Amino acid sequence: MDYALNFAAVWRSFDKLLQGLGLSLLLAVGAIAIGVAIGLVLGFALVSRHTAARQLARCYVTVIRNTPILVLVLFVYFALPDLGLQLEGVESFVLTLAVYSGAYLAEVFRAGLLSVPQGVREAGQAIGLTRWQINASIVGPLMLRNVLPSLGSTIISLFKDTSLAAVIAVPELTFEARKINIESFRVVETWIVASLLYVGTCTVLAALLRRVERRLAVPR
Amino acid sequence: MDFSFAQFLHELWIARVPLLQGVGITIASAALAIVAGTVLGVFVGLALTYGAAPLRLAVRGYTDFIRGTPVLVLVLASYYILGTAGIQLGPLQAGVLALAVFCSSHVGEIVRGALQAIHKGQIEAAKAIGLTFSQTFVSVLMPQAIRQILPTWVNTAAEMVKASTLLSIIGVGDLLLASQEVISRTFMNMPFYLFAGFLYFAINFGIERFGRFVERKTHIPS
Repeated sequence: MDYALNFAAVWRSFDKLLQGLGLSLLLAVGAIAIGVAIGLVLGFALVSRHTAARQLARCYVTVIRNTPILVLVLFVYFALPDLGLQLEGVESFVLTLAVYSGAYLAEVFRAGLLSVPQGVREAGQAIGLTRWQINASIVGPLMLRNVLPSLGSTIISLFKDTSLAAVIAVPELTFEARKINIESFRVVETWIVASLLYVGTCTVLAALLRRVERRLAVPR
Repeated sequence: MDFSFAQFLHELWIARVPLLQGVGITIASAALAIVAGTVLGVFVGLALTYGAAPLRLAVRGYTDFIRGTPVLVLVLASYYILGTAGIQLGPLQAGVLALAVFCSSHVGEIVRGALQAIHKGQIEAAKAIGLTFSQTFVSVLMPQAIRQILPTWVNTAAEMVKASTLLSIIGVGDLLLASQEVISRTFMNMPFYLFAGFLYFAINFGIERFGRFVERKTHIPS
């Protein structure tokens, strides 16, 4: 094995990698923002008193969670145009990741809702709040604070899933890395740098989320 | 584009052999990765829990690095790097290796979690009656840890089936690539992506149900 490491080619294109990382983060932020909205609706539906709502939400979560995300990405990008929904790479991927993350976040929120003690609901009823008011100003905030740890790990795993956008030629980090790899043949260096960028970003994200978690934790 | 259902069935029948082979390769690659990843992962978990400080640190670095990297990057890196390093592996071997490494870091964390959940007093009690560490592990720790590990481990298996779709990107003829080949010949995007999605769903749904069953069986009655 006489392979001499030479990072020059990778450094030359390092700004491309950083741009790619920026796009990865943007994709994640866009998708998770929509995903949180979907997840909240589904999460409340999963613990709803209405059987139909519960079953519909359960159906959505089960189907999405048991389908590989790559199949979803390809389906939205290549098959939906047959139905007249033609999307550009970025929009198509954000939509897919949002739909996908909705299912995982719904489970996170469901667990959080179940952890809110029944007593606070009753207290809300006792002071004459409507069900909406109870959910919005008592149960919701408590649930959010409870789910922060698992919400954090879901967010990090969703950020890693943005690498799949490379498959539909969205120029994010993995796509750029693959391009450098093919153009320069500096195989080892390219992938070491690309993974370190992912690992570094995940570590920073985890640290940030832990800070938020500490700041918002329910005092004991 | 409009296709009749009969046309879809016709094309499906023509492509039945490659599609079935694809299902076989999907299941085989996921199964291989799960087996290899679990064996490796048990050692990772043991090292994380009982290893000496330098070993623990090294293994922690390994798991953090793997868990912070997307599986697609692992697959591509394994495929391209091993070729450059002069290790001639086909896409299937390189892909399964990447999946196994990914699986090992997850199983490692599950094993560590389960072992650390066991009360320390039990190890002390085992020491007090004169058991060696391996005896303690086999007859005290393992039986308890397995009950905790199994349900989560089954979920990891479903994750691996899903992750195995990434092998299609480096040219492994799994179910997804077989479907894509049919699509590029027939231009029937919608029906064949739906069909592939449905097959993956069926496999994973089966695994999920099995996981529920295992969870019920291993549940420690309180």
